Amino acid sequence: MAVAVVVFPGSNRDQDMIDAVEHATGQAPHVVWHADSDLPTGTDAVILPGGFSYGDYLRCGAIAARASVMTAVADAANRGMPVLGVCNGFQILIETGLLPGALMRNASLHFVCKTVELKVVHNRSPFLQTWAIGEKWTCPVAHGDGNYVCDDTTLRALQDNDQIALTYADGTNPNGSRDDIAGITNKAGNVLGMMPHPENVSLPHHPSRAGERLFKGLLDEVE
Amino acid sequence: MIQFDARVVIALKPGVLDPQGKASADALGGLGFSGVQSVRQGKVMDIELQAADIHAARSDLEAMCDRLLANTVIEDFEIAMLSERVEA
Repeated sequence: MAVAVVVFPGSNRDQDMIDAVEHATGQAPHVVWHADSDLPTGTDAVILPGGFSYGDYLRCGAIAARASVMTAVADAANRGMPVLGVCNGFQILIETGLLPGALMRNASLHFVCKTVELKVVHNRSPFLQTWAIGEKWTCPVAHGDGNYVCDDTTLRALQDNDQIALTYADGTNPNGSRDDIAGITNKAGNVLGMMPHPENVSLPHHPSRAGERLFKGLLDEVE
Repeated sequence: MIQFDARVVIALKPGVLDPQGKASADALGGLGFSGVQSVRQGKVMDIELQAADIHAARSDLEAMCDRLLANTVIEDFEIAMLSERVEA
């Protein structure tokens, strides 16, 4: 299976993601530079890692979303290829318009770096298929702009189309996100954006291995 | 081509929570400005550009706001043309 991890100037969780993917799938991912205009031939899935692309200038993810590689990522996503955006990657997917809503400054105005409990609300994403609906797992978050906002119409559409994938379990919402939303998918389910960092609970020396299931789930889907 | 100076003001749409503006409002209250009812924070961008005429300049600026400068899910923008001069 060939995963492409896209790196932007200012990405800083790219190596964590590369390590997690390689460990879970047994194959090192392609590393794709933001200025590339195509994904490597044979790419099965795309991952946008966390960090502070372009220093969060203008808005988090805004400038990365207009990088030339994102045209290829959007084309692949629209053809049904599994795409995962974590943290800044989620912000980029939102700014690209592949996912609805917006991610704003945390309601507390503080950067949060802690472990939260997540609840799987739907498992249509290839990355979430090994979880049962309602199952909970713990995962770290580390962000200043993870406060998911959307208008009432968008929220209803997310609910009606079963696009809310992950929520912060009762009482652990770290950023003020509407309806405790931690991750959403597009309507088709192949594009997943989430604020928490599964790549940091994936390796033997990590405090847990729950995040590894995302990449194992992807492996099941593709092979 | 004509040289234009434009000012783009980007602000959160009414009703979108602005925690940074609220923090500033609270701090102003702490300084004794008891009359402050709210603060909304936005961005000002001064843009120098060249275009064939003011209509082309305005239309370029609108496209810039739609495609990059503003996130129209949460933000509104206003464009003001400040000055224009014909380049020698």
